[in-house]
Amino acid sequence: MSRAVGALLRKELQLELRAPQIVPAMALFSVSTLVVFHFALQRGQVAGDLAAGVLWVTLLFAAMLGTSRLFVADHEEGGLDAFLLAPVDRTALLVAKVAALLAFLAAVELVAVPAFAILLLGPAPSAGELARLVAVLALADAGIAVTGTLVGALAVQTRARDLLVPLLALPLLIPVVIGAAKATTPLFAEAGAGSLPLRWVAILALYDLLFGLLAYALFDFLVED
Amino acid sequence: MAAAPAIELDGLTRRYGERVALDGVTVSVPAGATLVVFGPNGAGKSTLLRVLATLLRPHAGAARVLGRALPGEGWAVRGHLGLLAHEPLLYGDLTARENLRFHARLHGVARGRAEALLEHVGLAARADERVHTFSRGMVQRLAVCRAVLHEPELLLLDEPRAHLDPAAAALVEPLIGAGDGRTRVVTSHDPSGGLAEADLALGLRAGRAELLRRAADVDPAEIGRLYR
Repeated sequence: MSRAVGALLRKELQLELRAPQIVPAMALFSVSTLVVFHFALQRGQVAGDLAAGVLWVTLLFAAMLGTSRLFVADHEEGGLDAFLLAPVDRTALLVAKVAALLAFLAAVELVAVPAFAILLLGPAPSAGELARLVAVLALADAGIAVTGTLVGALAVQTRARDLLVPLLALPLLIPVVIGAAKATTPLFAEAGAGSLPLRWVAILALYDLLFGLLAYALFDFLVED
Repeated sequence: MAAAPAIELDGLTRRYGERVALDGVTVSVPAGATLVVFGPNGAGKSTLLRVLATLLRPHAGAARVLGRALPGEGWAVRGHLGLLAHEPLLYGDLTARENLRFHARLHGVARGRAEALLEHVGLAARADERVHTFSRGMVQRLAVCRAVLHEPELLLLDEPRAHLDPAAAALVEPLIGAGDGRTRVVTSHDPSGGLAEADLALGLRAGRAELLRRAADVDPAEIGRLYR
């Protein structure tokens, strides 16, 4: 299966590098939203739960854009059929799509998190705070990527995919937003960063495991007739 | 002794919602034979190919392909069949070479095979150009390469010579023509040309098999009547 995952992931990255669509759209959306928050909140800085909420709402809505486009090239150009004709486990496509969406989210966060820090956060986070933030981002991104891939595979078969993706994905991702916001709130505390609340980190990890298993069980049915 | 059937369909039915696309089609194709399917647009030809390719499930009846029952044993058939559909199943933003290498990796085929095919169909010089810059005929030649990359036992060809000029059609003929013992199912709107390459002829109208006979026993005029 690793050969197929490698081929599929390489194709995903080649397509995005060759004709960038997903990452620029997500990055522009993130930065625009943060600018809107900057002016709408009418304050120079945000901290604590408000800062965490702003960051995660922005990243979540940006992820919806990527999720909507994740299977479009495969659907419109017949790549999904070509894949289904190959003698490879369907899980390879799930793994490759999750990895690709993870990579896209990570690329977007390289832009969005500094923009968030500049536009809305107070003093720049220390290396330790940044490492803890990266850990939460990684766990939350894994959950978003798994659920997003599952929803993207379902929605691409329909004409209303742009509507269906947020309608299905946002409710499913509420636990991720809660967990990620609760986990990052201490990092953005006005009185200085606190330690990571491990309970919320564990909830994020549990979500990733649960939805990973769910995606593994359901994915074949979503991509096959 | 007659060759074992490569395809056995018994009352195959497939619907899209309320519309019946294939209605109780029964046909047996011996291994190594060519079945040419005729019929007007919407008769069910492409649906038949997609069912045989394991991309669509039959809704009723039985289907066996290369000795395996569909859809349950479809996994065992994939990799042994090649589909040339109306859509080329290629990524427009990848180059010709990248597309073939991608499919070669999925099928576990050596890179050299992709290079040899590009050379064979006259696309080697433009192999590093993106597919969306190709003419429709060039895309069709590349799609033929993709369909035969893994040297399938069963070829499912949906109007394979569409968009090809005579020279290009001659180039792809060794890849998709009869020979090497492969079984073929070919859709066609050309009674004379289709019958010339067929062992068996199947005429579909509104999803029903209105004609099924040895091609040698079919008058092209009978095919013409399917379209009236």
